[in-house]
Amino acid sequence: MYDVAIIGAGVVGSAISRELSRYQANICVIEKEEDVCNGTSKANSAIIHAGFDAKPNSLKAKLNVRGNELMDAISEELDIPFTRNGALVVCTKDQDRSGLTILLEKAAINGVPGCRIVEREELLQMEPNVADDVTCALYAPTGGIVCPFHMTMAFAENANVNGVSFFLNTEVKHIQKNENGYAIETLHTDTNEVETYEAKVVINAAGVYADELNNMVSEHKLHITARKGEYCLLDKDAGAHVKHTVFQLPSKMGKGVLVTPTVHGNLLVGPTALDVKDKESLSTTGEGLAFLSLTSALSVKNVPMRQVITSFSGLRAHEDGNDFVIGEAEDAKGFVNVAGIESPGLTSAPAIGEMVAGLVKEMLSLSEKDNFVAKRTGLLHPQTLTIEERNALIKKQPAYGNIICRCEMISEGEILDAIHRPLGARSLDGVKRRTRAGMGRCQAGFCSPRTMEILERELGMSMFSITKNGVGSNIVIGYNKEV
Amino acid sequence: MTMKQYDLVIVGGGPAGLAAAVAAKDNGVDNILIIERDKELGGILNQCIHNGFGLHTFKEELTGPEYASRFIDQVLERNIEYKLNTMVMDIAADKTVTAMNREEGMFQIHTKAVILAMGCRERSRGALNIPGYRPAGVFSAGTAQRLVNMEGYMPGKKVVILGSGDIGLIMARRMTLEGAEVKVVAELMPYSGGLKRNIVQCLDDFDIPLKLSHTVVDIEGKNRVEAVTIAEVGLDRKPIAGTEIRYECDTLLLSCGLIPENELSKSAGVTLNPITSGPIVGDNLETNIDGVFACGNVLHVHDLVDYVSQEAIVAGKNAADYIQNGTKADTKRVEIVAESGVRYTVPKYVRPEEMEENVTVRFRVGDVYKNCVIATYYDDELINKRKRPVMAPGEMEQVILSKKKLAEYQNLGKITIRIEEA
Repeated sequence: MYDVAIIGAGVVGSAISRELSRYQANICVIEKEEDVCNGTSKANSAIIHAGFDAKPNSLKAKLNVRGNELMDAISEELDIPFTRNGALVVCTKDQDRSGLTILLEKAAINGVPGCRIVEREELLQMEPNVADDVTCALYAPTGGIVCPFHMTMAFAENANVNGVSFFLNTEVKHIQKNENGYAIETLHTDTNEVETYEAKVVINAAGVYADELNNMVSEHKLHITARKGEYCLLDKDAGAHVKHTVFQLPSKMGKGVLVTPTVHGNLLVGPTALDVKDKESLSTTGEGLAFLSLTSALSVKNVPMRQVITSFSGLRAHEDGNDFVIGEAEDAKGFVNVAGIESPGLTSAPAIGEMVAGLVKEMLSLSEKDNFVAKRTGLLHPQTLTIEERNALIKKQPAYGNIICRCEMISEGEILDAIHRPLGARSLDGVKRRTRAGMGRCQAGFCSPRTMEILERELGMSMFSITKNGVGSNIVIGYNKEV
Repeated sequence: MTMKQYDLVIVGGGPAGLAAAVAAKDNGVDNILIIERDKELGGILNQCIHNGFGLHTFKEELTGPEYASRFIDQVLERNIEYKLNTMVMDIAADKTVTAMNREEGMFQIHTKAVILAMGCRERSRGALNIPGYRPAGVFSAGTAQRLVNMEGYMPGKKVVILGSGDIGLIMARRMTLEGAEVKVVAELMPYSGGLKRNIVQCLDDFDIPLKLSHTVVDIEGKNRVEAVTIAEVGLDRKPIAGTEIRYECDTLLLSCGLIPENELSKSAGVTLNPITSGPIVGDNLETNIDGVFACGNVLHVHDLVDYVSQEAIVAGKNAADYIQNGTKADTKRVEIVAESGVRYTVPKYVRPEEMEENVTVRFRVGDVYKNCVIATYYDDELINKRKRPVMAPGEMEQVILSKKKLAEYQNLGKITIRIEEA
């Protein structure tokens, strides 16, 4: 019997688990994928929003601004790559600049510090590649960029170190109210075994599936639409094309797309927005990618789309009520929804963690533990060391001298770290998201066979059971002549 | 940290690096180091276990590993020093080479000259912007070749191949021989990107259809590839609605072009040619940086390894000359202009006073040409016309420039190479 079962190991579930791990409680996280950060959290704009866009007095506004505030301390404490690069919302000569004034007013109500409107001359100093038609922009200095993988993993690893159990490859099939709380029937997707978990409190952080879970126990039905967003990621050679995150002023044509550097030095362009029926619809389309190329040019000129190294899709969990749904379901005591967490969900995650942990603390009268470990150390990045430090490291652990991913210059030592740390990597994508091995310009062409050998050796896996990203995504299927 | 000293550092121990090392040694350079990132010398040839290598160089058909071993033997005979499992991390403009391996950690080398011989990589799915899902089962042809030929693992059993580059064609045959079914090879362009002989020996002989002017428009499968849809493309290379054909398969191999790996060259400040993505060099294969030379697929993507070896010998000789006699950067240069169907030339210029008696200028054409001529002009004067029954982008062409002939043109402004009607 768990005190708390959190369903979903995305950034929201992980942030909640980390905040709850401060308390004396028996907590688990149930995740259907093979790794944390495998749904909406892995495919988004990787932005820490300033908070000028959210509707005043909404949960989105409140949690966005609070989440943004928390990021300095959290990125420090949990070793998350995070930079406040500032956000710009640009207005072109065909647009009504009063749109910017409205944003500025919302920023004031929401409590976003430091926002102001900059005219073209100053804007060009800040961002020389803005399009020729851009006349002015809203500047929000607290906007930032983050690594969403490391943010999620940092929360999850820290929770795990503080005693939270993670059950991966575990898909929730049914939830039943019983006298003590809830019985959660699951299917282990790797072994096909059925297992039931019991918990006093259930936290529904199931992303695009949060409506389905809520609707199993509550008559207050939720309805979530998966809203697909396609992105293009460009080579690091293009990473300095803009310094700030450049948004477009929404128009009749839609919300526009953003052009931003990533915290790792690539350039990211996206997203599109298309409601889809299939909640696993992560395909990209020719039209979507063409749209990004065309639309990004409205705000930033000469985006070198020839240097795209990959494209991907993410699904935002859009709830009909258009705001985050956070709190205990009225007719299902002990069932806490954290649903409809679309943008600015990543930014809000630390604040959602704080808020939901507060709720649960009250519900279960939890008291703090005295051995909570607040600090998490992320992967060691030898590239940040001096040559002398690096050599000392290689002497101690020679694997740091062996480069596996030549595009991102990732060593075997970093891959070993990714595999053997709490909630370590078990697949090629797991290694990739933790280390960046395979995330560079050759897109794992050279390093994937070598990474597979390391996984095979370190985890005692057969080559045939190594996957790209979990059950069913096996890389090789047999020996030569035996298929 | 102590700085190691060498006369010549060769970055890459594949066919280009090996031949360059042998040539430099034979021309009097003793203090040479080859740095190879893989666990053995030979480069990509080690996974090219099919035959057909070395017809020009050795007048016999060798496999890739056999061809490599001929040069590895020459390196060993000459006691040329090499380091394996060692990654060059950086080359500075002053030719300080920073490298790293397990045993020595990170170390720096100062060298009089550098030969860039890092080879190339394959264009990835992302760079091609192929729409659809991103499941397991999408491989570049070279990755599949490594898995099958070196590790002994099959990446799949029902295969679609996009791109008719040589590695894709070779892998169509290899996968078939190993028990897979190759359903189709789709090629975006109206002509193949590979050698004619590979189309015949790897596709035709196995009844594998080649669909020219086709591309992949969808990849299905959330975990592993389940189907691939291809469609015909128009003259604008955009898919034509209604021409889609869906193939159930578990694997998509990509053979859509090779890109010289010039990240290190860029860090050193080497100027690249946007057409080849390789360094701009003169007849001595020296880049814009004194004492930094380039050869092989890092310079431009070759069709045959024999030409890589020939080119590498030129780089090795010239690096030796630089080490012994210093720079000749001040000498007169004549630019070679690529025009009318000639996409680029390597070298980009010749030095009439310093060049060898004969300099081979290599290039590729931008389209298929039948019964045309390669015309060479000194300024506006037609110097040479050579008839070619067929020229295609998949195969390199060449022109030989003679020092003696050039000496007759003292005030020559430029050399132009063009494709013309016969």
